[in-house]
Amino acid sequence: MTIARRTSIFAVGVFLLALLLATTLLSLAFGAFRIALPDLLRIIGTGPNGDALDAVAHNVFWQVRLPRVVLAMLVGSSLAVAGVIMQGVFRNPLAEPATVGVSAGAAVGAVIAIIVGLNAFPLGVQLAAFIGGTLSTALVYLLSRSDGKTEVVTMILTGIAINAFAGAVIGFGIFVADDDELRSVTFWSLGTLGLATWNAVGVVAPLALLGILISTKFSRVLDILALGDRPASHLGVRVEPVRLQAIAVVGLLASSAVAATGIIAFVGLLVPHIMRIVLGPRHRHLLWTSALLGATVTLLADLAARTLLSPAELPLGVVTALIGAPFFLLLLRSTRRSQGGWA
Amino acid sequence: MTAALVAKNLVVVRGSTTLLNDVSLEVSAGELVAVLGPNGAGKSTLLGAVAGDFPLTSGSVTLNGSNIDKLAPNDLARVRAVLPQQISISFPFTVREIVAMGRSPWRDTNDTMRIDAAMQRLDVTALQERVYQTLSVGEQARVSMARVLAQDTPLLLLDEPTAGFDIGQQERFLAIARSLVDEGRGVVAVLHDLNVAMRFATRVVVIHEGRCVASGDPQSVLTPALLSDVYHQKIQVTTTAEGRSVILPEHQ
Repeated sequence: MTIARRTSIFAVGVFLLALLLATTLLSLAFGAFRIALPDLLRIIGTGPNGDALDAVAHNVFWQVRLPRVVLAMLVGSSLAVAGVIMQGVFRNPLAEPATVGVSAGAAVGAVIAIIVGLNAFPLGVQLAAFIGGTLSTALVYLLSRSDGKTEVVTMILTGIAINAFAGAVIGFGIFVADDDELRSVTFWSLGTLGLATWNAVGVVAPLALLGILISTKFSRVLDILALGDRPASHLGVRVEPVRLQAIAVVGLLASSAVAATGIIAFVGLLVPHIMRIVLGPRHRHLLWTSALLGATVTLLADLAARTLLSPAELPLGVVTALIGAPFFLLLLRSTRRSQGGWA
Repeated sequence: MTAALVAKNLVVVRGSTTLLNDVSLEVSAGELVAVLGPNGAGKSTLLGAVAGDFPLTSGSVTLNGSNIDKLAPNDLARVRAVLPQQISISFPFTVREIVAMGRSPWRDTNDTMRIDAAMQRLDVTALQERVYQTLSVGEQARVSMARVLAQDTPLLLLDEPTAGFDIGQQERFLAIARSLVDEGRGVVAVLHDLNVAMRFATRVVVIHEGRCVASGDPQSVLTPALLSDVYHQKIQVTTTAEGRSVILPEHQ
């Protein structure tokens, strides 16, 4: 099939919105405590301070379920958009915050912050996660580029090295942590929405929305970067400054996501890939549709994490890795084929 | 719509190697300047230096009187377009999407008229919905050239634009280059085929070991003595019955 088929953006937008709405309703209704649809609508209708006819359902909805759903959407959108930008900047469909070690870098920053007691300060952990995430993005970028191209093998291997280093730091964190710290440290390495609170939403929301908003500024330039550095500069793009800005946005999005939920792998890989198949590679639509689909996918994965072994709860990172890793292997194979082998 | 390119005393040194040694080049509107020379002579380096791809060790490049270092990248992209030797594109963009990228410096990627015209000129209209990576090398080269045309600049710098073309495609391509010159644009093209340069260039510049060894109109510059010296190969220039000059290597 050599003719590119592109689905109408309007149809895709409507479909994605409908899908997100349906998934949101499902996520609000199901879980350890089930809320029937009529009750759900009544609880939403009366508002957070409304009559507590069924106090338990009321509390579950406003204090547990809703912040969790909102956080899942924010984190999913952030990771998916970070994936789109990263793939555009690296000119490589395999780049993703978790696989190349950005998420792990952010987790390391967060773990160090917890161990040294920075969590006493507001935003201390998030700031440390941001620094860790951005530093590891820059590191992967510097190490895996030569002659203006990102070598897939080097990029993946750099990711392995950073992930191994992060694993060691987190392991050390577990070793020296007291019980309280231990719980938060394990949380970073597994990835979960189980600790979602309105506070967490309040921290992530501005960062995620800011990052996604800024990302739309890059859509034209990301398209042109697909031509390569020199042709892009011949078209008037200031390649290096733009790339640094884009990497900072990836750092912002991935780190704020990791700071709230720990490492959630493969959302940033899977979602942009699906949207590129449906819409083609132009970033103008790729960015916002990936944000919508990222929210939906993360909600679905979290719904699975909460309900599959109910009343026990699986870490969300485990669910996304179970689905994402085989997909990553397939993508790796097809990328390898299109590049004629990496021997 | 005119562009006068003046490159003065260009020197490019990388490490301990001198890639360009005191080369000057002038191109005005309505000229097709062919840059010739053996492999590794510094032709692409000259084109890159003129395009502003890297800092010069010394020398200057001015476009319509202003130094290209002082021009904002986007303003420069509205005056000169560059066709690189070969590009690898990431992600499955279609031919049309790639040609439309040429309108980017003008913030005008929906300029259907110019995009259509550029595709038509390079005969890639039928390919417009195809994905670039699925095309043959020759088709890809034509798409890249269409993108360069869509940029609609008074000056075009082309690095081996006919590499990978068969003789028919080469003729058609050079006719296009000629028509660009007739429109009043200036074209600089790195070429390998001396006969092509002889027939199409209004002026040739011969680069050898980083230096400009000759420049002027093709008939007077491309002499057996100069060519034999530069290419380390005995070369003869004969004239056909129709009065056309043909450059041929001599039998050993």
